[in-house]
Amino acid sequence: MTALNNKRYLRRKFVNGLTLSLSVGTVIFALTFLVWILWTLFSQGLSHLTLDVFTKMTPPPGSSGGLLNAIVGSLYMVFFATVIGTPVGILAGTYLSEYGKSGWLAPTTRFINDILLSAPSIVIGLFVYEVAVHSVSHFSGWAGSFALSLLVIPVVVRTTENMMSLVPSTLREAAAALGAPYWKVIVNIVYKSARTGILTGLLLAVARISGETAPLLFTALNNQFWSTDMSQPISSLAVVIFQFAMSPYEDWQHLAWAGALLITLFVLGLNILARTLFRQNQSHS
Amino acid sequence: MSTQTLQAKISAKNMNFYYGKFHALKDINIDIPASQVTAFIGPSGCGKSTLLRTFNRMYELYPKQRVEGEILLDGKDIHSAEQDLNLLRAKVGMVFQKPTPFPMSIYDNVAFGVKLYESLSKSDMNDRVEWALQKAAIWNEVKDKLHQSGSGLSGGQQQRLCIARGVAVKPNVLLLDEPCSALDPISTARIEDLIHELKKEYTIVIVTHNMQQAARVSDYTAYMYLGELMEFDQTNTIFTRPSRKETEDYITGKFG
Amino acid sequence: MDIYATSAVLNEEIIIRESISMPNSPHNKNIGAMLDKLFRYTTMFFAFLVFILLFGIIITLLVGSLPALKMFGASFYTSTSWNPVTIDFGGVVPIYGTFITALIAMLIGIPVSFGIAIFITELSPNWLKRPIGVAIELLAGIPSIIYGMWGLFVFAPLFADHVQPWMNDHLGALPLIGILFQGPPMGIGMLTAGFILAIMVIPYTASVMRDVFEIVPSMLKESAYGLGATTWEVIWNVVLPYTKTGVVGGIMLGLGRALGETMAVTFVIGNAHELSASLMMPGNTISSALANEFTEAVGDVYTSSLITLGLTLFVITFIVLSLAKLLLIRLSLREGKQS
Repeated sequence: MTALNNKRYLRRKFVNGLTLSLSVGTVIFALTFLVWILWTLFSQGLSHLTLDVFTKMTPPPGSSGGLLNAIVGSLYMVFFATVIGTPVGILAGTYLSEYGKSGWLAPTTRFINDILLSAPSIVIGLFVYEVAVHSVSHFSGWAGSFALSLLVIPVVVRTTENMMSLVPSTLREAAAALGAPYWKVIVNIVYKSARTGILTGLLLAVARISGETAPLLFTALNNQFWSTDMSQPISSLAVVIFQFAMSPYEDWQHLAWAGALLITLFVLGLNILARTLFRQNQSHS
Repeated sequence: MSTQTLQAKISAKNMNFYYGKFHALKDINIDIPASQVTAFIGPSGCGKSTLLRTFNRMYELYPKQRVEGEILLDGKDIHSAEQDLNLLRAKVGMVFQKPTPFPMSIYDNVAFGVKLYESLSKSDMNDRVEWALQKAAIWNEVKDKLHQSGSGLSGGQQQRLCIARGVAVKPNVLLLDEPCSALDPISTARIEDLIHELKKEYTIVIVTHNMQQAARVSDYTAYMYLGELMEFDQTNTIFTRPSRKETEDYITGKFG
Repeated sequence: MDIYATSAVLNEEIIIRESISMPNSPHNKNIGAMLDKLFRYTTMFFAFLVFILLFGIIITLLVGSLPALKMFGASFYTSTSWNPVTIDFGGVVPIYGTFITALIAMLIGIPVSFGIAIFITELSPNWLKRPIGVAIELLAGIPSIIYGMWGLFVFAPLFADHVQPWMNDHLGALPLIGILFQGPPMGIGMLTAGFILAIMVIPYTASVMRDVFEIVPSMLKESAYGLGATTWEVIWNVVLPYTKTGVVGGIMLGLGRALGETMAVTFVIGNAHELSASLMMPGNTISSALANEFTEAVGDVYTSSLITLGLTLFVITFIVLSLAKLLLIRLSLREGKQS
């Protein structure tokens, strides 16, 4: 090899080594933040995550208390949002997968749904404020649930369609060949084949809304007291964390950290559960 | 043609089929004889599966696929307004290239189709499931695991389960779309034996890639090429004295 | 022969079968067809509901922003004032903040996402692919409020103590861009918000990039390796050109997320309605202004101005996300044609 060629080769090797090391560096960079954030949560939150958190109400500043009303409020709203959003999402996803092969509605809806999937959640909150709070002039748990359900729907639509499309068409044909009407083919065969996938999507949707704060700020508002009345303002873990963390009171900040740890464990736990479920299902088939 | 001496179960009259703009079947006229095995042979893409799928209107699951002309089942137009699509399909059973066990137990796989149109008591249903599994010559292999998932069976067993499922609804006609193409030789032999058994009670139409198989199992054979029905006659005749040069070339392997 | 003359025996058998297996078949038929239609139209109705949701949002927000638009007209988009006392509102400061923070996020996020996607698709040993993929996805799973708290209480103080003084001394002295890095080391501000946004969008962008890198046919890569190309040369000259529409789609998706992100930004942006040249100064974004002020806004015009900002944000993200989607659709169409 001539000296020139050798030099050129060395330069190429150097560039290769440098860029690939940078690539490894980016992974370490991202993982550092994951570990750092989780470590912060545990070190700040674990010591304040006492039994009181689960048994006492949110306190006024300067006194001790817990997060019971906020936890229950969150559970209520997430539950109702899921109950409202799931059937809507599954049925709309069914249309996209099963009936949407011709016509304009399915492709357009698919496009819009993908945009709603990434749309700013605070704008969803604003929309629900206008239609469900402003019009009746008061904040309510229902409005909060409604806002959250609008975040559930796109996730469920997307996963339902994807998972149903994975069901081989021969299975539909086989059921139709027995004389099953198409709705029975869908309900008895396609849903059954796709159910783990759809459940995965549902869990991811629940994970997503469990940590959402922005759409609740001006729909469910907040409530310092115990309330399970969905037609009234209701407390939620995320909004309480926001309020307490931004406050100058130390007690409140401690509770915010405890709540933050709780919410993160819940959300990441759901994420991991969903992914494990999905992977098991994939390896079966 | 010599089929005229037999009762026609299914007849196509001047039938054309389109995938969107693509003209897939051209002016098909055929009388499928009742209680016989009819085989469709021909090179890939010749339209033999397409023709099969018109007999139970399976193509209607997909937009842009359409039929022109008449298809008669027992002399009645299957496209007429009085003909309910699902009842038609219940009368015309179908088995596919690859086994298609439903995501449920072996028992429920067989019972699924029956439950669509009949409300049987528990014991009647048990009898029916056993009867169908017996018919499909798989009862002995599965009788101890009826409530396990159908997808746990071997490929050949799954295919026989699918045949049992098709037989259980008591159709008049069985359409078999290359039922052995995904199976090993031993399973293939069992399915072929089964076809012999079943033809006593059903009109069977089988699409196959395999000419030996057509020769072994069928009474009548149709040779198709590029969407046209080239020749249709008794299997013996087709394989020994075909009347068209194209058929002979295909059968003797000179084709292409 | 006449095939219509079906033999009596055969006919009888059919009749018997039908009467056994299909009791009241005409009755059955009507109900069956009706249920089929009912199910079809039910699913269609819900798909339509998702379809009109978009228009519902736009129309509702448009109606809500009418009072502000009537009062300020187009000057809403040129005015930097935001004064609830004199009722004078303009959107420039939060809109500027939204774009600047998203820009910072992308400047940091794109190369990092690219590096991660390369690592997962080209460098990582097989056993490491899944754990790293899961870890990156967990980063996306952490609620945004957690990023905000961590940013405000952990990251910002460190940033103020260790990074910002250095930036002041070194970058602040540079001509032209120096002014971006001059200012008191407060920790909070647009630079911090942008940085935290970067970490939040990395998982989204990286996962799209990873997915599109994986569709590159291995034969294409192997032929480049066969010529003696290094891994980096294969990535830069084969993988990236092949997937560029998808990569841009992934970047747009990340951008859409960065523009609309609320809680994390609200914690660290400082919420100041001031236009400052320095990135170290506090600022505002559309979403943080909404989060901070909306429930406390008094009067129609104030509320309506905030809704106008929300509508603006929605339209911007709609455009960005549509572009992302169109680019990704284009890539998958090309894929479909080739295979």
